[in-house]
Amino acid sequence: MKSVYDNEMKLEFLSKSNNEAFARISVAAFASQLDPTIEELADIKTAVSEAVTNCIIHAYEDAEGIIQIKCKIFATSIVIEISDNGNGIENVDIAKEPLFTSKPDLERSGMGFTIMESFMDEVKVESILGVGTKVTMKKFIKKKEPTEEEGEEGAKIFTSFRI
Amino acid sequence: MKTEYVKEDKLLVFEITEEIDHHVAENLRRKMDNEIQRYLPKTVLFNFNNVTFMDSAGIGMLIGRYKVARMIGGKVELTKVKPSIKKILEMCGLLKIIPIVDEEEENEKCV
Repeated sequence: MKSVYDNEMKLEFLSKSNNEAFARISVAAFASQLDPTIEELADIKTAVSEAVTNCIIHAYEDAEGIIQIKCKIFATSIVIEISDNGNGIENVDIAKEPLFTSKPDLERSGMGFTIMESFMDEVKVESILGVGTKVTMKKFIKKKEPTEEEGEEGAKIFTSFRI
Repeated sequence: MKTEYVKEDKLLVFEITEEIDHHVAENLRRKMDNEIQRYLPKTVLFNFNNVTFMDSAGIGMLIGRYKVARMIGGKVELTKVKPSIKKILEMCGLLKIIPIVDEEEENEKCV
């Protein structure tokens, strides 16, 4: 039996738009410990980019604030928590709707939460007006090893014989 | 981003070499609109050969250029789109208004 592998990291950075690339690349580098496929990694990068962009455009608008990212790695999943101390969302259900945007003038597509929800396995949004927003996302990373049960069984028997 | 204009075909090609997020999209859209207004092309073609990442800011940027091109009677097309980018384009239903033009050729090659 493999032991459950746990790891954790925390990032804090200013809400500047040139940190968007830094954030998604850092999370992807951390997530790579789980040996994800290129597609899984692209999904994580896109979802992180959406959440961080939301913090910059909506939570802090033109002001500068701190964005915090916490990542936890479990045996077959990663949990990413992205939080800010910004404006907060008035109505999370409406904000999550596809094509809804409070800033159409900025050519925002209104697809941010929709993309997060379809690229990750679980998305939770907690927000308090004037206090901040926390987005928690979870993605399961499939194990890639050839899991031929017979092969593993055989290996186990072989080991026990040696003992 | 590299820009190329083919006069005979009234074709304006934007070859994007950056990862398209909100930070990059703001600069790109300004440059693109300048070029579109300068050449008034019939077709605006986005070459995505070197685009390895795009989020919803890219979707907004493409829809925006589609609107600008339509205003001058032009159309927008995509080429050389990587699978991870195609996934997000499909999800947002963008391929209905901005088609990928080289797909059929590529499929034929595979056969």
